[in-house]
Amino acid sequence: MSLSTLIDTPSELTDGTSSKSAIVLMTRIRLARNLAGHSFPGWAAAEERAEIVKQCRKAISAATPMKRGHALSIDEIPELERQILIERHLISRELSGAKEGAGVVISKDQAISVMINEEDHLRIQVLRAGFQLRKAWSVINDLDTALEGSLDYAFSPKLGYLTACPTNLGTGMRGSVMMHLPALVISNQMEKIVRAVNQLGMVVRGLFGEGSDASGSIFQISNQTTLGETEEDIIKRLEAVLKSIIEHEENARAKLLEADAEKLFDRMGRAYGILQNCHILSSSEAMNLLSLIRLGVDLGLFPAEQRATVDRLFIEAQPGHLQHTQKGQFEPAQRDILRATRLRTEFWSFPKPDYDRPGRTT
Amino acid sequence: MASNLKCQICSKPATVHFTQIINNKVHKIDLCEACAQAKGVTDPSGFSLADLLVKVALNPEPVAGNELRCEKCGFTQADFKKHGRFGCPNCYDTFKGMVEPMLEGMHKGNKHIGKTPKCALERQSFSERLTALETGLHEAIRTERYEDAAHIRDEITQLKQSQAAVQQSH
Ligand SMILES: [Zn+2]
Ligand SMILES: [Zn+2]
Repeated sequence: MSLSTLIDTPSELTDGTSSKSAIVLMTRIRLARNLAGHSFPGWAAAEERAEIVKQCRKAISAATPMKRGHALSIDEIPELERQILIERHLISRELSGAKEGAGVVISKDQAISVMINEEDHLRIQVLRAGFQLRKAWSVINDLDTALEGSLDYAFSPKLGYLTACPTNLGTGMRGSVMMHLPALVISNQMEKIVRAVNQLGMVVRGLFGEGSDASGSIFQISNQTTLGETEEDIIKRLEAVLKSIIEHEENARAKLLEADAEKLFDRMGRAYGILQNCHILSSSEAMNLLSLIRLGVDLGLFPAEQRATVDRLFIEAQPGHLQHTQKGQFEPAQRDILRATRLRTEFWSFPKPDYDRPGRTT
Repeated sequence: MASNLKCQICSKPATVHFTQIINNKVHKIDLCEACAQAKGVTDPSGFSLADLLVKVALNPEPVAGNELRCEKCGFTQADFKKHGRFGCPNCYDTFKGMVEPMLEGMHKGNKHIGKTPKCALERQSFSERLTALETGLHEAIRTERYEDAAHIRDEITQLKQSQAAVQQSH
């Protein structure tokens, strides 16, 4: 299947039918694996890297869920398309910057991607819309077992799967969940949450932008430790933390409505007004406005089926996707105009807010 | 706090001090102004602190005296200090003495209890046992212990048959 077919097919996350979840947008699990007897990608010479790609690609393409998928070499993918794959979480920024001897195999439905020669020989990843750690684990576990049927993994009984970086030893597993937490951000509680989550050996990152820049109030929460507990334990721990964060977010929403509903409606109403009338819109402002509209959907101001529209726009408003729809490369200033035009058009046909029937639909 | 603390990244005098509890363990970090800025830890929300702790842990004090080199990939301790990553799976054996203290506080424990790659391990132990038997066979033939050789041959046939059965079942 060709690269352009891949790019033009909606992914698990741009496909609107999957946006059922109010607070958890997406679940993702990745496993780090390496081949015994080979240097790790960062230390391997060019010929060895090429040999690893060949071996891995053969094994991956033969695995059932990857049949009829896309096997790509990174150096063959144009820059814009690479950007789009990053925005869909199918490749990492690090892999995208690799020069040669790096690749990715993406399943037909774009729910699974296996990166070859990123930091480790294999980074297997499964994406699922909503809160689905268990489902994602069962899919990735099966794929991993299938790959191990033909690849000799580097494994030590004491340290588990051997990885380039000691922080990934043991299970090599990183479970992440993307959460939309606007009420915790508005009521200044994120700092407290981050500290509490850190204490439990988990990490919180803003999804868009680096570090603490969390435009769109979308955060990614993942386990930091991988050695000394089973995959099941890690999933249980993540689930417990996520459930508690969901509860905090719901309470924060209820409190905001109780304490100052007018102020909250004002924010959401203004977001709607700007999205209908703006002419210049930065990526970060777009994320923040869309976040308020998404909150409005959760609170019943907009029909529930519009959550899918907002989730689609979160991705389509990003630089790679935006330029792809406009069929060209544009300077950041031009992009801001294109983004505004795009969202204005979308929001002209978006239902008006109904302030009389707010009620939590979460 | 005492002013003689050194920055854990560049060793200049430290002026920024953090205490953070992660995984129920107290971690202390001392940094100079420049490194704190560069790592973004002046940001009070503490987003990058967890990441930074890992980076500091990956920057261990060198084990003095012995300049170890991985015989499989040529990696040295100095290389690890530079990259924060190892060269190959065998490095974990070579640099065992450096890895063990590093794992303290980095993870929940220091012994793997999760999934094991059963097929790969079976395959590896099969090839190890086969090599051992074949060496034994050659040795028996060389020293004219023909009865032993016949036994070993039977064992090899049996091992290969059981491996074929395992492969089929996968
Ligand atoms: Zn410093
Ligand atoms: Zn090595």
